[in-house]
Amino acid sequence: MKELMGYERADGTFGIRNHVVVLPAVVCANGVVEAIAREVPEVVPLLHGHGCGRGGIDVKCHTTILQHICRNPNVAGALVVGLGCEFVSAERIENMSAAAGRTIKRLMIQDEGGSQKVAAKGVEIVREMLAEAARQEKKPFTPDKLVIGLECGGSDAFSGVTANPGIGKASDTLVDLGATVILTETTEMIGTSHILERRAVNEEVRAKIAEIIDNQEKKTVEVMGPAAKLAIAPGNQDGGMSCIREKSLGCITKAGSRPIQQVVDYAEIPTKKGVIIMDGPGYDAESITGLAACGAQILIFSTGRGTPLGFPIAPVIKVASTGRLYQRMQDDMDINAGIVLEGGTLDDVGNSIIELIERVICGEQTKAEINKQNGILALYTQTTSF
Amino acid sequence: MNPNTFIINSKDNVGVALEDIPRGGAIKLPDGAELLALADIGFSHKVLLKDASQGDDILKYGEVIAQVTQDVKQGDWIHIHNLNVNED
Repeated sequence: MKELMGYERADGTFGIRNHVVVLPAVVCANGVVEAIAREVPEVVPLLHGHGCGRGGIDVKCHTTILQHICRNPNVAGALVVGLGCEFVSAERIENMSAAAGRTIKRLMIQDEGGSQKVAAKGVEIVREMLAEAARQEKKPFTPDKLVIGLECGGSDAFSGVTANPGIGKASDTLVDLGATVILTETTEMIGTSHILERRAVNEEVRAKIAEIIDNQEKKTVEVMGPAAKLAIAPGNQDGGMSCIREKSLGCITKAGSRPIQQVVDYAEIPTKKGVIIMDGPGYDAESITGLAACGAQILIFSTGRGTPLGFPIAPVIKVASTGRLYQRMQDDMDINAGIVLEGGTLDDVGNSIIELIERVICGEQTKAEINKQNGILALYTQTTSF
Repeated sequence: MNPNTFIINSKDNVGVALEDIPRGGAIKLPDGAELLALADIGFSHKVLLKDASQGDDILKYGEVIAQVTQDVKQGDWIHIHNLNVNED
């Protein structure tokens, strides 16, 4: 790999972007966050629909997500806006990032006397953060500081033939250079437990892989009832998939062939390098939030039907499974894995992904960045609101 | 001539059809070899690359996905009708 340059953070990580984010602790603070972003368009607002009205497991998970999003290496500074009576504690978000040496400030709407006053204070804070971020210079870093999240969404019959195995080649290259790749979407591992277990670096990791896949299979049956067969059976046998194992192999191939070093919970920051599994849902929007919370600076996202989905703080590299899709949705696609249908090889796809990662680290914008596909943060929920 | 069949992993004994290949048509492999299609192979479906006997493993992605339930000749279509994937 070429020499990589990025923004060094106090916790030893390196950002490839230098975003100042404004984050609501709760849905009630979205308006203030939007007001700040209207005044200072350079900030990244991270709107979401949660923060209250839910029980323990979701409060804990959502707090962790927001804490870890503020600590993503691509974040230069974060302003958390809370209301004052919500379940997800803005103070806990602030404290955790501050403990990691990251730049973070907090404002509470009820303490500051309402929307306009708090927005005015917020504008001052983020302007200072932006000025500080602009002064920061890039420094060289080694590939072992890279964390790459892997995702697929809007798949077609060729996603598992061209795009995902091509991403797998890039994963092997990255891991051999010392980088970390994170495989997730536990739903799409059903049927391949024994194959992933064989790649576990030790017995503890093996047992954990078996456990999360078994739990996800049960959860899928619980949530979907009789329709679970659509998710855990081949789904579309017309597309040539004969069994769930074959379908799931098409997903897990994104993570290449190297040993699996660790299994982490959704949004948990890995402590190991190499191939990591994040236990998480198959729903792509929630999945990429979890990957960014894990610390991914870049997301590689395969698609066959074509999805424009991006992520506000991490460049998303879209890998199209066919040349047809690549041509049809050029606005949104970065890599054409369909070249293997025209005589190219999976290594060619892998190499073009690695080259694009190098360029994106240098500052080239991915299509999702150009299109400002920031949207809202989709937070994984496991219980209902009350 | 471009191949019309793709092999994902070198250990695989099935290829993936990149277009609809009619019975009697040519299965053109990436290494230039050609096989005769013994059935209609729909695009994105699997085609057997080497004769297999009942009970033999079928490998895709370099991994066993299932076993054939009957003897199958190279060039034939591999799917739920000749794989042991239907038992629940």
